[in-house]
Amino acid sequence: MTSLAGSLSRIGSVSVFLLRTLAACGPALRRPRLIVHQIYNCGARSLVIIMLCGLFVGMVLGLQGYDLLARFGSESALGVAATLGLLKELGPVVTALLFAGRAGTALTSEIGLMRATDQLTAMQIMAVDPMRHVVAPRFIGGIIAMPLLVAVFDVVGIYGSQLVGVTLMGVDQGTFWSQMQNAVDLRDVNEGIVKSLAFGLLCSLLAVYEGYNTVPTAEGVGLATTRTVVASSVMTLVVDYMLTAAFIKL
Amino acid sequence: MRDLVVDVRGVHYGVGSRRIFDGVDIAVERGSVTAVMGPSGTGKTTLLRLVTGQVAPGAGTVRVFGEDIAGYGRRQLFALRRRMGMLFQNGALLTDLDVFENVAFPVRQHSRLPEPLLRRLVLMKLQAVGLRGAERLMPQELSGGMARRVALARAIVMDPEVLIYDEPFVGLDPISMGVVCRLIRQLNDALGITSILVSHDVQEVATIADRSYLLADGKVVASGSSPELHASTDPAVRQFMDGAADGPVPFHYPAGDYREQLLDVGDLR
Amino acid sequence: MVPNRSLEVGTGLFVLLGFAALGFLTTQLPGTRIGIAQDADTYRVSAHFDNVGDLKTGAPVTMAGVKVGRVASVAFDSREYKAVVSLAINRQYDRIPDDSWANIETAGLLGAKYVGIDAGGSDGFLKDKGIIENTQSAIVLEKLVNKLFAAFAGNKGGSREEGK
Repeated sequence: MTSLAGSLSRIGSVSVFLLRTLAACGPALRRPRLIVHQIYNCGARSLVIIMLCGLFVGMVLGLQGYDLLARFGSESALGVAATLGLLKELGPVVTALLFAGRAGTALTSEIGLMRATDQLTAMQIMAVDPMRHVVAPRFIGGIIAMPLLVAVFDVVGIYGSQLVGVTLMGVDQGTFWSQMQNAVDLRDVNEGIVKSLAFGLLCSLLAVYEGYNTVPTAEGVGLATTRTVVASSVMTLVVDYMLTAAFIKL
Repeated sequence: MRDLVVDVRGVHYGVGSRRIFDGVDIAVERGSVTAVMGPSGTGKTTLLRLVTGQVAPGAGTVRVFGEDIAGYGRRQLFALRRRMGMLFQNGALLTDLDVFENVAFPVRQHSRLPEPLLRRLVLMKLQAVGLRGAERLMPQELSGGMARRVALARAIVMDPEVLIYDEPFVGLDPISMGVVCRLIRQLNDALGITSILVSHDVQEVATIADRSYLLADGKVVASGSSPELHASTDPAVRQFMDGAADGPVPFHYPAGDYREQLLDVGDLR
Repeated sequence: MVPNRSLEVGTGLFVLLGFAALGFLTTQLPGTRIGIAQDADTYRVSAHFDNVGDLKTGAPVTMAGVKVGRVASVAFDSREYKAVVSLAINRQYDRIPDDSWANIETAGLLGAKYVGIDAGGSDGFLKDKGIIENTQSAIVLEKLVNKLFAAFAGNKGGSREEGK
């Protein structure tokens, strides 16, 4: 099957690219200015959308959670349910999907455009390694930005669920927080952090890979950005399952 | 013994089933301006990529600075490229840097020149191309001609021995063309470098090239100085030099019989 | 270089915000006390229980179903082997008779525990550092079930004797 062979070759290609990128990370770290620029690119510029979505996801959790728990008379567990849901699953996953949509496409189109206008080739001719100068800083920037974005998403989400649960639905604030604090473990927070790092690595890698290997035409860049979003989304959900299973076993 | 900066011998190169070069010999003498001309699609840009070591020939040798670059590893290729400067068709300026930073880019990457020295170096190169006053502009704010001149300044900032121009006249108005033309010749002579020019602008090339090669169908069909080529009687050379619409390179794309297609009444029923 | 002063400031802010959020998540959530809903105008009253179930600090204290305060702390008295619960009552509710009952109740069927106060009849009222003497411990489900089973088994034996 050609699609199977195609997928396999793509996986191999991405893996090789990952190794090359990692090798370029060492020298790239010696130019922190580039990395700072990329943290801004991926992180700070995604902040508004992350906070907005975090708020609404938290509020929906508050609504749905209350509705569900009220059937069992366990409304007081709303704090627990919302917080754990955010920390372990919704925070990392939704943030990763939003990241892929906003920051991932930006990365891909930037690099893709550089490829299409010969800037990457020009760099090679000037004996500058585009991996070190262009790819690695964006990769590192994405990995750093992700956990921070997830943390902000979680905090805003918890606030949102509290907003709905306490202010709207009348769950007692003291109960909300005390129940949550007693049920939430450092392990749960760690699970969220590990996932955010993993998704950050994955989405950043796919974004820079697609950008670097763009067909150097206008349509090529468009196709590459589409592939970034699709691949990032699918792989995020797949890896999410694997990590969740791993954490449950531990 | 001629001092050949670039020596391409018997090179065959193909991509997939397409044969791009079918035995090509090109010799570039030190200090000269050499042009490679030909109709679109004959692989002129590919030739440049062979010379910079970006691709390797299927057969034949490519010697640069006297050495066969076929076996060059990454480090050697980088060292080779530092002795060359290249001007791309669209300038290929880095879009997130201004003019000054674009020209300074190679210097910053490869040396630790103190800032005052670097500044003077960049300004000198910009002066050479006539754009010293534009140092703070962004690439998006430059016209095509200006962008190309900045790219030229960038290409010479590290004082290369060879300058390669990929279609430098494409899309320029007559004034800009004249400017670029003058710059290519002047820089070549003033800096004592060798220039390789890929173009299909016969008039412009004629004014500055010492020697020209005409490529067609993957082979060199003619070579020599501009007067020699203009006097050639070879039909392929004549069509190109005169700009004739029809000749060895046909006007009509291969198609079936015209009369038959028009008179076939099958679709009239 | 492209104006990067504002860019660096922006990045710095973002990183700071992110780390603050991370810090909040890792330190404030897992089982650490936070001073949310600090009622400054409260007075403290304590009560001793045989069993508080899973009553947590921050749980509400109610009278007639209305929240009048919250549980400030739950400690263990190793001399009397009882749970000592400190209640923070809003100062506006200063007419709670000192012979009232403090009961550990459950919200809903399987909900969290809270403290409900049934008013007594005394003329004296609880003051700061007061003690509620009459307490009703939490109903632990397992013990209830065991009792039920024991009663059921006893009845069965009894009825066998009575019946045919």
